[in-house]
Amino acid sequence: MTTITKQPDPELSSVRAPRKSRKRGKPADGFRGIGDLKVALFFIAPAMLGLILFYLVPTIRGIYLSFTEYSILGDPEWIGTRNYERIAKDPLFWNALGVTSEYVVINIVLQTTLALGLAILMHRVAKSTLVRGALLMPYLMANVIAALLWFWMLDYQIGIINQIIEWTGLPRVAFFGSEQWAIPTQALINTWRHMGYTALLIFAGLQAIPNSVYEAASIDGSKAMSTFWRITLPLLRPVLVLVLVVTVIGSFQVFDTVAVTTAGGPVNATRVLQFYIYQRAFNEQDFGYGSALAVILFLILAIVAFIQMKFLRGNQSDLD
Amino acid sequence: MTTLASPKNGSRRRPLSRPFNWRRATALTLLALAVAVSILPFYWVLRTALSTNGSLAANSANLLPADFNLGAFKRVFGLQSASEAIAEGGSGASINFWQYLWNSLLFSGITTACAVFFSSMAAYAFSRLRWKGRDAVFSLFLATMLVPPIFTALPNFLLIKNLGLLNSMLGLVLPYLFMTPFAIFFMRQFFLNMSREVEEAAMLDGAKHWRIFFQIIMPNAAAPIATLALLTFMGQWNEYFWPLLVGTSEESRVLTVGLGVFKSQSPQGAPDWSGLMAATLVSATPVLILFAIFGKRIVNSIGFNGTK
Repeated sequence: MTTITKQPDPELSSVRAPRKSRKRGKPADGFRGIGDLKVALFFIAPAMLGLILFYLVPTIRGIYLSFTEYSILGDPEWIGTRNYERIAKDPLFWNALGVTSEYVVINIVLQTTLALGLAILMHRVAKSTLVRGALLMPYLMANVIAALLWFWMLDYQIGIINQIIEWTGLPRVAFFGSEQWAIPTQALINTWRHMGYTALLIFAGLQAIPNSVYEAASIDGSKAMSTFWRITLPLLRPVLVLVLVVTVIGSFQVFDTVAVTTAGGPVNATRVLQFYIYQRAFNEQDFGYGSALAVILFLILAIVAFIQMKFLRGNQSDLD
Repeated sequence: MTTLASPKNGSRRRPLSRPFNWRRATALTLLALAVAVSILPFYWVLRTALSTNGSLAANSANLLPADFNLGAFKRVFGLQSASEAIAEGGSGASINFWQYLWNSLLFSGITTACAVFFSSMAAYAFSRLRWKGRDAVFSLFLATMLVPPIFTALPNFLLIKNLGLLNSMLGLVLPYLFMTPFAIFFMRQFFLNMSREVEEAAMLDGAKHWRIFFQIIMPNAAAPIATLALLTFMGQWNEYFWPLLVGTSEESRVLTVGLGVFKSQSPQGAPDWSGLMAATLVSATPVLILFAIFGKRIVNSIGFNGTK
């Protein structure tokens, strides 16, 4: 306990360097010396314990394990970069990366466009909490519930959706059973669950754009389409970037719906990254390999988030 | 899209006497369609849960329950004998939903209460106290939001295993107990915007920080705390991955994991659809109740970015 609560010290000392330069000018944050440090340590102690025990140490341990051979029994054995070399030649990994990317792309396109459309609709014709509440309902359900609900509705034999498809004269679709449809189906379930939530995020962004902006555009004779492309969309950029980052990062970690419905199948069609990691680590007890896969997933997410924030300038608003 | 994207006052130029606004009608129709897509599946779950398995195939598109029957719910709560269950298309395996329900309540309740409280404490230190390195430490907490749960789940699983806490409630709740980065961020935003006056008056009276926190800050933040508790509770209720790793025994299984087991127990050939949908509905009920009571609060919390 004592060693743990003392941990923040290196964190604090690491920021001592810039403080020197601050000292010369006015005190930063308007205070001198250590301020309420003792009291603060008491207040952050529990959170700090959680941060260290369940975030920082596991992060380091996870990276360490990725360089070992470890099957839960016995001790991890250091094998250098061999796990990563194996991953590079692992067709199942590349397959997982491929199907996960397919899932992510379908989600981004479908979810963002639908949500943007819905947000604009709500903004224009119905701002009622009831409508927003109805659209948010799917998001409040567990992934497992969304998965089971659609597993039933999309059933090949007696699912209502296939019944409707047949009425329109089209052939039935094996949503979960065909390799071609399995990933799009998973993405559809996810889109159903997140569409309303994403729309609400964008809706909040639309609400923040002052009417005067539109009025000015209208006085200048801007047409509806050009107002949307040249004013609404650019002003929505921070919200849209946030939505994109959240969607991409969330979609890369798809697991629940796959685990409950197709469990990676048919063949390898839905063996997405996180499900593959789960199988290697927990079904095959190959923790070293699983950890290396997890490190790669982590890196992919970090790069994606960095690119999105950097190039789309998601942290800056044009609304000033 | 063209018609919908125009700004609000674009339509003002049109004569007001226009009898029927096509744009508005189209917009409302599309919105109604989206609402229907969001809501109707829930009706379909209820309709299936109230049906009898044997009649589902013959009435697959009937809008009303096929051969109305409460057997599915009885099956979920273990009120049917194995032979009765098998006769109605169930697996006959015993499934203890009351236990799962209780475990889910414990898991979500304990983690919510502790995480919200400890996160509020930390948020207080990150907003109302002034100390060296504050912002750096806060950034460290925020940065953990970027770490994907699967990445820490593997080492955390090993830790819980080494502590001998697999398949125990303590092992389930432990990683969520101390804080969530989002909760700290969320509470900090509110604390930053609170007026300093009352606090400073109390300070002059010689009140200590913990008294200010409990007697002034926390009571004044009751509304955001309630919102945060709601969001956290629902998130925990829906958690699947961690309980799947740590709570696999009958005694420690939560509802989401139990649902997966229920599904995999379905007999080959003809799944117990009505039983599965009844179980799904039961699992969703607590969240639906919370949403019915606190809907407005939940809806308004979406899009919160600390500036409102």
